[in-house]
Amino acid sequence: MKTSDIVITGLGATTPLGGTVAETWRAALAGVSGVGPLEHDWAKELPCQIAAEAAVEPATMMPAAQARHLDRASQFALIAGLEAWADAGVGLDEANPIDPEQLIVAVGSGIGGLWTLTNNWDVLHTRGARRVSPFTVPMLMANAGAANLGLALGAQAAVYTPVSACASSNEAMALALDQLRWGRAQVAVVGGTEACIHPLPLAGFGQMKALSKRNDEPTLASRPWDKGRDGFVIGEGAACLVLETLEHAQARGARIYGTLAGAGISADNHDIVQPDPSGHGQRRAMEKALADAQLSPADIVHINAHATSTPQGDLTEAESVRAVLGDQSTAIITGTKSMTGHLLGASGAVESVFTVLALVNRLVPPTINLTDPEDGLGLNVAALTAQPLPAGDLAALNNSFGFGGHNVAIAITNAHSTL
Amino acid sequence: MAQTVEEIVIQLGTIVNEVAGIEAAEIGADKTFGDDLGIDSLSMVEILYGIEDSFDLKIPEEEGNNFRTVGDAAAYIEKALIEKEEQEKAAAGTGQA
Repeated sequence: MKTSDIVITGLGATTPLGGTVAETWRAALAGVSGVGPLEHDWAKELPCQIAAEAAVEPATMMPAAQARHLDRASQFALIAGLEAWADAGVGLDEANPIDPEQLIVAVGSGIGGLWTLTNNWDVLHTRGARRVSPFTVPMLMANAGAANLGLALGAQAAVYTPVSACASSNEAMALALDQLRWGRAQVAVVGGTEACIHPLPLAGFGQMKALSKRNDEPTLASRPWDKGRDGFVIGEGAACLVLETLEHAQARGARIYGTLAGAGISADNHDIVQPDPSGHGQRRAMEKALADAQLSPADIVHINAHATSTPQGDLTEAESVRAVLGDQSTAIITGTKSMTGHLLGASGAVESVFTVLALVNRLVPPTINLTDPEDGLGLNVAALTAQPLPAGDLAALNNSFGFGGHNVAIAITNAHSTL
Repeated sequence: MAQTVEEIVIQLGTIVNEVAGIEAAEIGADKTFGDDLGIDSLSMVEILYGIEDSFDLKIPEEEGNNFRTVGDAAAYIEKALIEKEEQEKAAAGTGQA
């Protein structure tokens, strides 16, 4: 079957580092930490009192009445999706139309509208059923972000919401990639959103001993591969990318960042939470992404790793990466969660945006706080400062792994780039 | 002393503005919630409980469903407030007897 190349023509993000892609990227290259103390009353009794909160309050970016009817997760999705859409410059005016039947939206989320759920649960108990918002369900449902973005953009081909914990947005990209290749649509807005800086997951993740408790030094708390790491830091926000068939992008003279060359999905079948320590599923995801993209391990110059800063997870991934790339690889690896924290279902999309921009700018954003790397790590990590990529053709992977044993690797290249 | 219909319409404007973001100046007694103000059915539910909270009233569902215009709602609220005031007076009177 002859399939089209799928190119990336738009980027959008609202993250702990900035309210736009440009602000986020600038902060990432500078090695800025987005982590800070949680100064809310509800955080006072929690063991973990730090998080990477969004740099820009999403409700301030839209009319108050609109914000009232959107969970924070949907607000983030709408902001990032509309930025990506404007960046791609498609469908904005009569000179640049898009057939709604040719437009897909695929925005993943790990959890959904948690604040809406618990706020209305509180209302139910304190004021009764007649005061529960009639918007409760359409606001809390995990597909609300994708659905609201689909409504805003007029998407009629399909609107999807993969839910696979921290692999959700990479899965959204993988799904849309196949849909575009199969000719089911010409354009897709893909990504992920998450707004779960909330006492319940903070308590729950805390009970799992998954979160950093470095409450006194928030900016030092997320430190992938560093000997001093003690868990991840939760983050929030959204990121989106616009994907198009190469023909569609070229026909409208679009600026092309690069190519979404392939995706690889695997399932650990090991444990609901712990990654398979053998790394088998992680390796399979990366190998499938390489095969799908028709790349060899030697082609990979960069990996944006999942690297959440948990004691075991970082080591398992490092071993999987070494096994896939081989000992000779000089690929520059980075863990940008050191700066953004872990945006759960949005993390893969944020890191895909970073991966695209790393190839475009030939500059890999740093892994901050990596002052004392694990012995025998065997990875060429962009520790502490941004690292340059070579001239010529570039190919990279972005890994996302989620609770449930979901592994999704995305392959991005600078093929067809007009930049 | 109960509020006038005009005062009630102004207070309704605040509620509708908060729920739907419509400029208070656009919200007059003759405006229909649906066609003129573009209030969808879920927002209408929010407006109804906004009215209940704001005026300290209980609006039976079948009454709320009959509010076509802002004026319909204002007329109902005016009547309900007068009835409430009379009931309170009667209750107070009973108390003194």
